[in-house]
Amino acid sequence: MIAVSAAGVCRRYGRRWALADVSFDVPEGACVMVTGRNGSGKSTLLRVLATAIRCDGGTIRILGHPARENREYVRERIALLGHRSHLYEPLSAIENLAVAARFLGRDRRRATLLARLDEVGLVDRGDDTVQTFSAGMRQRLALAHVLQQEARVVLLDEPYGHLDPAGFLLVDRLLERLRERGATVLMATHLLSRGRALCDRALVLDAGRLVFEGVTEGMPEPDGLAAGSAFGEGA
Amino acid sequence: MRSFGAALIKDLLLQWRGRAQIVAIFTFGAAALLLFSFAIGPDSLALRQHSAGFLWLALLLASTLSLAESFEREVEEQALEGLLLLPAGPRGLYYGKAIANWAQLALLGAALVPVMVVLYDAGTPRLAPLLGVILLGTAGLSAPGTLYAAMTAQARARQTLLPLLLFPLVVPVLLAAVKATSLLILGDPMGQVRPWVTLLVAFDLIHWSLCGLLFDRVVED
Repeated sequence: MIAVSAAGVCRRYGRRWALADVSFDVPEGACVMVTGRNGSGKSTLLRVLATAIRCDGGTIRILGHPARENREYVRERIALLGHRSHLYEPLSAIENLAVAARFLGRDRRRATLLARLDEVGLVDRGDDTVQTFSAGMRQRLALAHVLQQEARVVLLDEPYGHLDPAGFLLVDRLLERLRERGATVLMATHLLSRGRALCDRALVLDAGRLVFEGVTEGMPEPDGLAAGSAFGEGA
Repeated sequence: MRSFGAALIKDLLLQWRGRAQIVAIFTFGAAALLLFSFAIGPDSLALRQHSAGFLWLALLLASTLSLAESFEREVEEQALEGLLLLPAGPRGLYYGKAIANWAQLALLGAALVPVMVVLYDAGTPRLAPLLGVILLGTAGLSAPGTLYAAMTAQARARQTLLPLLLFPLVVPVLLAAVKATSLLILGDPMGQVRPWVTLLVAFDLIHWSLCGLLFDRVVED
């Protein structure tokens, strides 16, 4: 089954096309790296797929359902880790997870939420407010938020951003767990060798156009993104 | 219904965490009442006659601060977008926030009444009807105010835009609430309060229904 299908997807900001005629299919259970230079349209693509923003043309189908017409169905099955954390700064880590659990109708007992925080290494900071967190800790909490949704399609935009080497390993483990439970993952990253090791397919964007779609072994090197050169790849 | 309950709890929790801000908004309202009294001067009769108008003006000015603040937390880390993607129903999110804002404004209105009584010598034995008018008036500010606060939350000039959009719309609320409050303070021998209260109820019904329907269009891309 095709989990994510994009056909002729376009999106523009003012006069500039952020995405132009992007088409691809991602089979269910696949792990796909989305890469390209800064401003190539990676984040816009993930946000369009997540229904956070509309596309100006083309069709997106998630698990066979058109995203525009069946927005609620799609949102129930998709999770997005974006550039912004989607967290409430005045609330504690536990309260943030409890807010989401209440909306999702999930278990929001303290022990369950602490176990979720333990998965991302924040169990001892559960009662601290997010405004006291470093950028890396916010990223970890945002990852816990994504895990909590138990989505079938997971969209990760720079999941390694702000993380320390232990955090890199945490994301690696998270990806493995997502794959084990059959989730489809699209991960935007500049860490090419890490992406090649963890993902089986790749999408390469350049100025909003899809310039490569296929297995990661055949992926070209985008300018300025030499494999292994990005910070922290050795973690 | 789940979204509504979850949104209401979330917004009340956020308000509780931002209670220092609520105290600051109350102080702003009280300061406005004090300054308005200076404009009238030491004429106790004139002060009493204008007390209702000044109470509602202070409440209206303070409400723009409170309403704008309620969406500050939603946009700084795109938390509202996160909720919409969970997915949370936009209507539930709207009513949760509008009711939390209403509770805050009603509390603020009730807290400003003693300040008004002291500064303007505008006491009234009809406290329960006065609180009823405050509840209806603040409901009329909260419903469109929450919608417009959502509309302007991402704008660069939001502090200016919100009052520019809100004030013309809530003129009927201001008019009816001032008249009803004034009649309760100064006396109502002709029984004129009822039509003003009816106007407030009608405004509230229309805007609480309409704004809930429009919120989806405001928060979705």
